[in-house]
Amino acid sequence: MVALLHRTIARIAAVFRGGALDRELNAEVEAHLGMLAEEYIRRGASPEEAKRLARIEFGGIDQLHETHREVRGLPFVDVLLQDLRYTFRSLRHNAGFAVFTILIIGLGVGASATIFSVVNTLLLRPLPFANSRQLVWIANRSDDGLSEWSTQADHYLDLRAQNRSFSDLAAYFSFYSPGDAKLKGNRETERLNSLRVSQNLFSFLGVHPFLGRTFTDEEARSRWNNPGAVILSYGFWRRHFAAAPGVIGQTVTLNDVPVTIVGVLPRSFDFEGVFVPGNHFDVYLPMPMTPETNAWGNLLAVVGRLKPGVTIDGARTEIGALAKQIESQHPERNTFRPLLTALDEHVVGRLRRAVVVLAWAVGIVMLLVCANVANLQMARGAARQKEMAVRVAVGAGRRRLVRQLLTESLALSCCGGLLGIFLAIAGTRVLSGLGAFNIPLLSGIRVDSASLIFSLILAVLTGLGFGLAPALQVPFNTVHESLKGSSRGSSGTKRHAWIRNALVVSEIVLACMLLVGAGLLTRSFINVLQLNLGFHADRAAAMRVDHSASYSTRAERDNLFVQILDRTRSLPGVSSAGLTDVLPLAGDRSWAVSARGKSYAPGHYPEGFIRIVSDGYFQAMGVPLVAGRTLTDHDNSSSEPVVVVNETLARTIWPHQDPIGQVLMCEGSGSPGRTVIGVVADVRHRGIEQDSGCELYIPMRQSDDVDAVYLVVRTTLPASALAATIRTALHPITPDLSSNEFLTVQELVDKAVSPRRFVVALIAGFSSFALILAALGIYAVISYSVNQRTTELGVRMALGATVGNLQSQVIAQTLRLAGIGMVVGSIAAGLLSKALESLLFGVKATDPTTFLGMVFVLTVVACLAGYLPALRISKIDPMSALRAA
Amino acid sequence: MVLKTLDAMGPLHGYGIARRIEQISEEALNVNQGTIYLCLVRLLQKKWIEAKWGTSENNRKARFYSISKAGQKQLVAETENWRRVAGVIGNLLQLEGVK
Repeated sequence: MVALLHRTIARIAAVFRGGALDRELNAEVEAHLGMLAEEYIRRGASPEEAKRLARIEFGGIDQLHETHREVRGLPFVDVLLQDLRYTFRSLRHNAGFAVFTILIIGLGVGASATIFSVVNTLLLRPLPFANSRQLVWIANRSDDGLSEWSTQADHYLDLRAQNRSFSDLAAYFSFYSPGDAKLKGNRETERLNSLRVSQNLFSFLGVHPFLGRTFTDEEARSRWNNPGAVILSYGFWRRHFAAAPGVIGQTVTLNDVPVTIVGVLPRSFDFEGVFVPGNHFDVYLPMPMTPETNAWGNLLAVVGRLKPGVTIDGARTEIGALAKQIESQHPERNTFRPLLTALDEHVVGRLRRAVVVLAWAVGIVMLLVCANVANLQMARGAARQKEMAVRVAVGAGRRRLVRQLLTESLALSCCGGLLGIFLAIAGTRVLSGLGAFNIPLLSGIRVDSASLIFSLILAVLTGLGFGLAPALQVPFNTVHESLKGSSRGSSGTKRHAWIRNALVVSEIVLACMLLVGAGLLTRSFINVLQLNLGFHADRAAAMRVDHSASYSTRAERDNLFVQILDRTRSLPGVSSAGLTDVLPLAGDRSWAVSARGKSYAPGHYPEGFIRIVSDGYFQAMGVPLVAGRTLTDHDNSSSEPVVVVNETLARTIWPHQDPIGQVLMCEGSGSPGRTVIGVVADVRHRGIEQDSGCELYIPMRQSDDVDAVYLVVRTTLPASALAATIRTALHPITPDLSSNEFLTVQELVDKAVSPRRFVVALIAGFSSFALILAALGIYAVISYSVNQRTTELGVRMALGATVGNLQSQVIAQTLRLAGIGMVVGSIAAGLLSKALESLLFGVKATDPTTFLGMVFVLTVVACLAGYLPALRISKIDPMSALRAA
Repeated sequence: MVLKTLDAMGPLHGYGIARRIEQISEEALNVNQGTIYLCLVRLLQKKWIEAKWGTSENNRKARFYSISKAGQKQLVAETENWRRVAGVIGNLLQLEGVK
């Protein structure tokens, strides 16, 4: 055994020092021959005779060298090196082919590896938290019309104390809004994004602070308005504090109160990417679980960590029963109907289908790449038939030739794979940089070892796939004919023509499927963009203007807002301005609503989404008025309580009646209700693709229940130009207006459609690539067949066929192939597009426009790809073609 | 055979080994002398023999092979094996003779 090991090592070593070993053997043979010759001389032979005899006695020196190499080294490696040398030499002569092949394999592998990284991050890799498979999202599917999905603080506390399925629960405040924390700086105020988290959230997720510590229990019991402690995100710490380690213990003024910086989170902590994609948080504050916050209703998003051995089904049963019990013990609280989902399912579930579709698309692209390269290789192989025949004739075995061809294609595909890896690294960089995209875990997408292995396997498979086809066409039985050079009409060529045609047809089929998929998704995307959102996003911009310190009473607040609106409206370029507490597509809350005098069973009240707005808001946001009047500055605290509702609410509560003048109950049974003064169009607030539901607009001067106030401005100027003007104009009354919070409403819309845009952009990219590949495939085959038939075409021309005749024949041949491909492709696409159905919006999977469009595009491309080689026919000189025959 | 030769004769060059084997086998194994080097490279790679460049008795530069420790062990084992096989075959042939 030891000897075998030694031998193996020595053989491997021998591969690398072949030259030295050869010289050594030479010297030895030399000495041996010398000694033998001496021996013969001693026996009486002449020196020449002695040398000759010695040679005979010794045997063939060349054979010895050959076998010596085989015995001492690894013959297959030697052959491989030889093949590789040959490959690179022959590819150098054929650089165009090589570069082209490497390029398309590179693009294919690059696209596949990028998508694989996406699949890996979103679907395969666990979430970036400790033992993330144990994490469970606990939503509150309450049906009492109160803010859905979130949970009341006391429910959370009871559940945490009494459950037996979870090792722990953690929670965060789910009504965060951009710019909800205000950091007072030396010169100007900065708006930060903050998140309130339960005391244990960080340790719950297995995150240790990079600096300092997490919150203490005492800090977690602080008053809402006086949190006392703050933890910084890594990015904010770098940006704002220049990564100074001394920030721990410093005091900053946040929301007008002093708070102490107690910790900095590690860079790897990606809370937003998992829980609230498309957002980012600068600072984390403790979420007090106190009677104060409990009284505010459903505020918390809750996550649990299962005890080892407990299944999610088990937890579902236990928590369901426990929630009922807690509910019955505390009828004074909001309802509590926990709905448990595995956290990873909650995070990526809605994207799963899209990602799977992308993976399929990229798989199709990769097949196309293979078909295309195989096609090229076959054409090249046909051109090399003579070379192969010569090699067979001088004694190369079939295995040896096939092996060499495979080596060639593997070398090409590995170069392509290498290029692909670089492209994938670039691609994943781009994807992970799409911070504004509302897609979870996006920033975690990168090329890791799994993707590298994937690319490698893909490259090798591609190499084998497209290497086998030409290897099988090596002529063995027809050496004679090949050498004679009369390839015309030989049965082999016909078979190869058949294979090539089949490859082209399959390329067209694949391209069909991708084009249909891309077409359907693009049409859906356009449909989404053209949706009537109920507001006009273009030319509207919003800025957060509330700051509790500048007023203490409602009168002061109202006065301030009047001034803000007046000053803004007087600016040039501003056509209207209004205030709102919530922007479309950016968070929501709901209350139970009803008509006065009508009561519903508990849990069956219609829910209405609340917006608290000022006069001018509807004009600024571009929400059309349907009936009645909009709010004016006379709707204030001393006037009659009024409300504006949307069409859905009007239809739901007062079917077939005029809603104007009716009274809407929306602030609990104790309140007097509000008179409906107007009906406006439905606004898609919850999501672009979701219906708006019931909405009601309460005058800001009649409500205290306002967390945030956004100034919405409709302008004729670019939003960026307006920002500075507004800030200057408002400076005298609101000196601490932040500099960083100004966003166009279009940005909100863009963010909401970003997952769809992401998928559409990728699919469109893939299908353009597929179209190019298919065109190249057609071009290669037709152009090859024209070349092969030069003689035949020449004869025909000599016999009187016109160039036009022959050209139309070639184009007809092209279209025949394309036609077959499209028929099969349409059927395949028809079957596959069913799988897309859930991703479509406003189009059917069998949308005829898309299919016709695909047929049109492919026909044009096929004509073009066939026309270029057909053009060459006009250059054929019948005389020289005949002579060549 | 090579191992036995080296064991018996001490360090030898390729030519010497070839000659020696020819002598012992009494020309029964009449093969090209060159093939000895294939045998030698195998043994070298298994580390059963060692090689050193030296000068021959006729003042010629030659490579001298000698048996290594591992080689000696292997020789013992092989000899044992051959003896056993030879014994068995011998017995077999004797039985045939009796018949």
